[in-house]
Amino acid sequence: MNALYLAFAHLRWNWARSLVLILVGALILAVPMISEILLRGSEDALTRRAESTPQVIGARGSQLDLVMDALYFSEDRATPITMAASESVWDSGLGLPIPLYTAFDTHGARIVGTTLDYFEFRQLAVLQGRLFAVLGEAVIGSALAERLGVGVGDTLVSSPQNLFDLDGVYPLEMSIAGVLAPSGTADDHVLFTDVKTSWVIAGIGHGHEDVISAEEAEQGNVAANAALLQFNRITDANIDSFHFHGSAESYPVSAVIVAPYDTRSATILRGRYLDADNPLQLVLPDDIIADLVDRIFRIATLLDAVTLIIGVAAAAAMGLSLFLSWRLRAEEMATAWRLGAGRGSVFALAGAEILIILCAAICVATLIVLSVRTSSEALLNWLLAL
Amino acid sequence: MERRELIQLQDVSFGYPQGAFRLSIPALAIDSGARVAVVGPSGSGKTTLLNLVAGLAIPETGSVTVGETVVSDLNDAARRRFRADRIGFVFQNFALMDYLTAGENILYPYRIVRSLRLDAGVRKRALQLAEACGIADKLDRHPGALSQGEQQRVAICRALVTRPSLILADEATGNLDPETKVVILDLLFARAAEQGAALLAVTHDHELLQRFDRVIDFADLRQATVS
Repeated sequence: MNALYLAFAHLRWNWARSLVLILVGALILAVPMISEILLRGSEDALTRRAESTPQVIGARGSQLDLVMDALYFSEDRATPITMAASESVWDSGLGLPIPLYTAFDTHGARIVGTTLDYFEFRQLAVLQGRLFAVLGEAVIGSALAERLGVGVGDTLVSSPQNLFDLDGVYPLEMSIAGVLAPSGTADDHVLFTDVKTSWVIAGIGHGHEDVISAEEAEQGNVAANAALLQFNRITDANIDSFHFHGSAESYPVSAVIVAPYDTRSATILRGRYLDADNPLQLVLPDDIIADLVDRIFRIATLLDAVTLIIGVAAAAAMGLSLFLSWRLRAEEMATAWRLGAGRGSVFALAGAEILIILCAAICVATLIVLSVRTSSEALLNWLLAL
Repeated sequence: MERRELIQLQDVSFGYPQGAFRLSIPALAIDSGARVAVVGPSGSGKTTLLNLVAGLAIPETGSVTVGETVVSDLNDAARRRFRADRIGFVFQNFALMDYLTAGENILYPYRIVRSLRLDAGVRKRALQLAEACGIADKLDRHPGALSQGEQQRVAICRALVTRPSLILADEATGNLDPETKVVILDLLFARAAEQGAALLAVTHDHELLQRFDRVIDFADLRQATVS
């Protein structure tokens, strides 16, 4: 007890050095565990989501980018395709197509334009309010709603794409019709809206003032105004003025999730996209993610080795620091010896100091690991969205 | 007050393994409760004498006896117990632990020596010593926040708290200003006398010698001269 008392007093007096030693010790202990938690967590999250998504159609190119965009709404957007890809699957009668348009953001979160089938497909429940029903309505993921402090009845404005592009995308104010229940997936961090609403954001669909008023029409005086007012919010009063130009088949989507009706349909659909000249490709997320996880774990093995080397180096630095500290305390040890202390007391003092540092490091490491474990879901979703 | 011989050195010779220095003391006796000064030039063996008496150095020949204990015959563990029980040390550089408060420094022997037991009686004695030395209101301060005189008072309290029969002071006033020297020495004398402890003090300060009962002069390097 006396050794612990003296050791604690010494560590408290040299608090800065003690803090550094405890933090370094905590990191040596925590980093491998954090790495394991995140790796296992990412493997689970990736695999679970991929296993529940049978097929994805997108532009030919990086299969991984396509899967990451369609499943995890990652920062790297997939090259857009047209709605014709979705119509084609629908017409074939082989599966249920769910278009996704992920081109736009709001408050740093992705706006996902889709259909109501997506919520049934992902088994997403509504916590408050309802799903979107009319143009301009949105459903918000639970984590995003919490982060932004918004709920049913509030509005969110899409981020402008280019402030100086007069012909570009203009912000659209969307009203939140519902908040989704937490699902522990990327769906918690995005804003869902009808794919048509996302086309309005893209400027493909729009609403504006009538060019002529009824009164003018009656009088036969038609004078179009160049300063035509474009609506940036869809309301009951102006919803009828919204319209789309061109054919719906040519409208952009980022990817199409396909849920084949049966195994045979799935095989037929795969065969249709095997042609290398086809600008579209159909990928199986499960295979792509399995390959990714395999690569991650191969890299993780290397990281483990690097972590081990760094850990040994840090532990050696800690040992050196403690050793030098004891060298500096040679006078104290000489005094203790003169006063009648034996080597056992001196070793007990050194041991107590190491024990306290180790215990404190274990406590800090446990706190770090617990906090990472508690927030691993959000952390993984953030990492996967990068 | 009846005085008995507390320290006896008989035919002692000592030399460091790597060095030409040798100390020979044919005979030396110091009474219990005596205040003895040890003087002499640097390197003459003053500190070695203290080390021999404390069991920190073992004579090559002869014997060192303190009270009933033949220190030179004790093994290492017994010498440590002897020091803890019988000797109080006061050093020139105070040797206080900067990370402990003055109060904790006084009780330091009870923290570091396993055979000493810290209880309420010891704490009470420590407080009484601090009051007697005029530092009772500074017990929660660390040595860095104390003057040199106050630090040496703390060191004196630490030396006396185990109730030793012998106090060994090695240049205890060497780092103090002239006024404080006298105050600290008087304090040391008074507290030692209170406990009936003998005082063996190495000093270079000849002005203070008249205050001691006896002076051992190491001026002759080859042989200790006892006056």
